[in-house]
Amino acid sequence: MANFTPLSAAIGGGLIGLSAVMLMLLTGRIAGISGIFGGLLDFDNDDKGWRIAFIAGLILAPLMAGWIGHAMPTPKLPASWIVIIAAGLLVGFGTRLGSGCTSGHGICGIARLSSRSIAATVIFMLTAIATVAVTRHVLGG
Amino acid sequence: MPMIASLLCGLIFGAGLLISGMVQPTKVLGFLDIFGAWDPSLAVVMVAALAVSIPGFTLANGRSRPLLTARSIWPTKRDIDLPLIVGAALFGIGWGLVGLCPGPALESLATLSPGVFVFVVAMAAGMALHDFWQKLQPKLRNQAAVANADG
Repeated sequence: MANFTPLSAAIGGGLIGLSAVMLMLLTGRIAGISGIFGGLLDFDNDDKGWRIAFIAGLILAPLMAGWIGHAMPTPKLPASWIVIIAAGLLVGFGTRLGSGCTSGHGICGIARLSSRSIAATVIFMLTAIATVAVTRHVLGG
Repeated sequence: MPMIASLLCGLIFGAGLLISGMVQPTKVLGFLDIFGAWDPSLAVVMVAALAVSIPGFTLANGRSRPLLTARSIWPTKRDIDLPLIVGAALFGIGWGLVGLCPGPALESLATLSPGVFVFVVAMAAGMALHDFWQKLQPKLRNQAAVANADG
């Protein structure tokens, strides 16, 4: 557990929770990123302004951190484009079909004590753990 | 005003992902890798987020309306159905392959990493594919019904 960072994890987690509560208290919306982003792709949905504003804030955060000298490092991704594309397709299709992702189900849904969200969170955690087990320890690499 | 509030919430959410390290796929994969050098940080992020969001949502649920808009939009579905199970399972596989979920993926666009752009485009394509397939469903069902009626 050499990489364990409990303090920064607790502060960051608290901010994520605060953001979700503020969005609900102020605008009455669920802070589920896949839902916010997915609504932008729906042509019949004319309720796009707040979605664009939220995502703009999300992208602005690391830029502002960079201005004060804490630039975000470039994320380390797999070398294979096929893996990146397959993962993107699965995340996009899966979050739409399952009505949510880590934020919508994992933070907002569990906070509402929704049994659907608790079930979804357990399932995506288990398949993600299984995927990492297979790619790292069965296939190696 | 709702737009500014939304921007501010996005900013705070982004700061949370950044400070907790959850924008980094290596950090997320470290949590998911329970058979390797396990890093429990993501669990702490979730517990801390819930410690704020559980009382916060209870408070929001008790209010008649949000401060800046006419009404709250709460999820209405209640059943643990097949789309939820299959969707969550597929999402987990994609998440485990790269270590990116939608929030960190969108936030990482700020680094101008080509890999992140490809991931986000593929994610949007996956969502569009799902919505297209959903729109096709009633049509397919109607065609099947007509075919059955003919037979």
